[in-house]
Amino acid sequence: MLLKTNSMRWAGLVLAMLLLLVLMSFSIVYGYTDTTWKIAIDAFTEFDGSNEHIIIQSVRLPRALIAAAVGASLAIAGVLLQTLTKNPLAAPEIFGINAGAGFAVVIAVSLFSISSLQFFTWLSFLGAALSFIFVYIIGSIGREGLTPMKLTLAGAAMSAMFASMTQGFLVLNETDLEQVLFWLAGSVSGRKLETLITVLPYFTAGWIFSMIIAGKMNVLSMGEDVAKGLGLKTGMIKLGAGIIVVLLSGGAVAVAGPIGFLGIVIPHLTRAIVGIDHRWVIPFSGLFGGMLLLSADIAARYIIMPQEVPVGVMTAVIGTPFFVYIARRGFNQS
Amino acid sequence: MTTGQAIATKDLTLSYGDTIIINELNLEIPKGEITVFIGGNGCGKSTLLRSIARLLKPKSGAVLLEGEAIARLSTKDVARKMAILPQSPSAPEGLTVLQLVKQGRYPYQTWLKQWSTEDELKVKSALRATGMEELKDRTVDSLSGGQRQRAWIAMTLAQDTDTILLDEPTTYLDMTHQIEILDLLFELNEKEQRTIVMVLHDLNLACRYAHNIVAIMDQRVFAQGKPEHVINCGLVKNVFGMECEVTIDPLFGTPLCIPYGKGRCILKGEGILG
Repeated sequence: MLLKTNSMRWAGLVLAMLLLLVLMSFSIVYGYTDTTWKIAIDAFTEFDGSNEHIIIQSVRLPRALIAAAVGASLAIAGVLLQTLTKNPLAAPEIFGINAGAGFAVVIAVSLFSISSLQFFTWLSFLGAALSFIFVYIIGSIGREGLTPMKLTLAGAAMSAMFASMTQGFLVLNETDLEQVLFWLAGSVSGRKLETLITVLPYFTAGWIFSMIIAGKMNVLSMGEDVAKGLGLKTGMIKLGAGIIVVLLSGGAVAVAGPIGFLGIVIPHLTRAIVGIDHRWVIPFSGLFGGMLLLSADIAARYIIMPQEVPVGVMTAVIGTPFFVYIARRGFNQS
Repeated sequence: MTTGQAIATKDLTLSYGDTIIINELNLEIPKGEITVFIGGNGCGKSTLLRSIARLLKPKSGAVLLEGEAIARLSTKDVARKMAILPQSPSAPEGLTVLQLVKQGRYPYQTWLKQWSTEDELKVKSALRATGMEELKDRTVDSLSGGQRQRAWIAMTLAQDTDTILLDEPTTYLDMTHQIEILDLLFELNEKEQRTIVMVLHDLNLACRYAHNIVAIMDQRVFAQGKPEHVINCGLVKNVFGMECEVTIDPLFGTPLCIPYGKGRCILKGEGILG
């Protein structure tokens, strides 16, 4: 634990907010089209309709805001899921959320020839939510109700089913492949500000409610029996946390497509820095998640310039070694 | 010692699916005493304790806490009257003893009152009573088995309840630490008149520490009372299915159960135990 006292944590929180703003500015200023800090500032203060100004306002700004919001939401969803499932490798993928969203989008493209990104947003949200509801119900069947193990297994089964059905549809409809593949890779580029505004109410609700239940998540993390003994309504809290996860990760996948690993990596990183109290882990994870996705997105512009690497690929490259590290550490300890 | 009953069950039936574990049980647990549930593996003693702690919903019947049905009380109200330490609880990695014990104050926290000086005092006295003051900044996973169990007991003490339930609090502990934990609970009962209800596997330790023993067999209570009144060869034969001799503990005078069986016999001539 790096930040041991609460005053250090408050200072860290302010520092992390500043860093997030700095990274957002970098994301606005640097990229394929050469712009300077002066042009970026002018674009907002003295807009003159020039190419650079238009790019800054309509491309770079939404992209930076989306990266920050999606990164924060995925990281917070990861924190909640890891506590909910008592599984250190849990992330939105485990609820079948990404696979469900992907399936909904592919169905829409293949069967109804829908290709509007805005419409993808709603569909993937719907797919994510439906998949979560299935997983939650399957995980709750049986005498002990919702247990971490059953939840994890139900999520894995649901993911596998949706993923293979998605692939089946893609094989049958090769013409639509390219468009869907772009979405399936996960990216924060090419989205309009309206896309973010569509899901912003869900994100905001998710962020606020995750902070409200943070103290109760601490109690839940002591185990179901202990939490019940302390007077926590565990069924309510698990359901509430599940709904927050859908709001956050459903919204994230709707805007940016499936972006993996962030939800696993960030909560662990955050706990190493601020300890395990959810009241600190949740806000810090949000900030760190935003910072990571912004950094990955900036780096993605420079690796194979003039082309861009999908940011989902970047997070996977960063996340995979980390995943292996956690898995090994976890197994050695148990 | 106070009189009356802390907990009672009324026609309590417990089941897992269609399998009845406890059938229409009417049990009274006296206030201010140590009550120990004994019985063979799978007889339902832990299930009964869990159900008393509202961790398991009864199939029918009710559990009464100080005369009121717990199902009718709010779960936080129950948590201010009765604490439960489940069998081998596990703390999240990195949790410190102090953080663990502070969680014991959860039932007293509301939106308006997050953390009070009273909470602080109760946490301090729980740490003191369990001798965990020195170790309060250590993480729970870095402690030895006995220390860890003391930390968990400290959490239940911080809950500041008249009644404490413990499911096999001495499991996985060596003999020294078993005695240490049971002595601690005994003192809590002596000094603060807390009602303690626990499941124990060791019959001899149960006889030493319990004021009241409840022997459970075949979905019901086989016998209940002071160990010196209820523990005899017949009971052990019935409840555990084991032949034994019951004699008197030379140190405490409580019943001492010595099982028959195979093993090396080094007594000269004719063994006194046959």
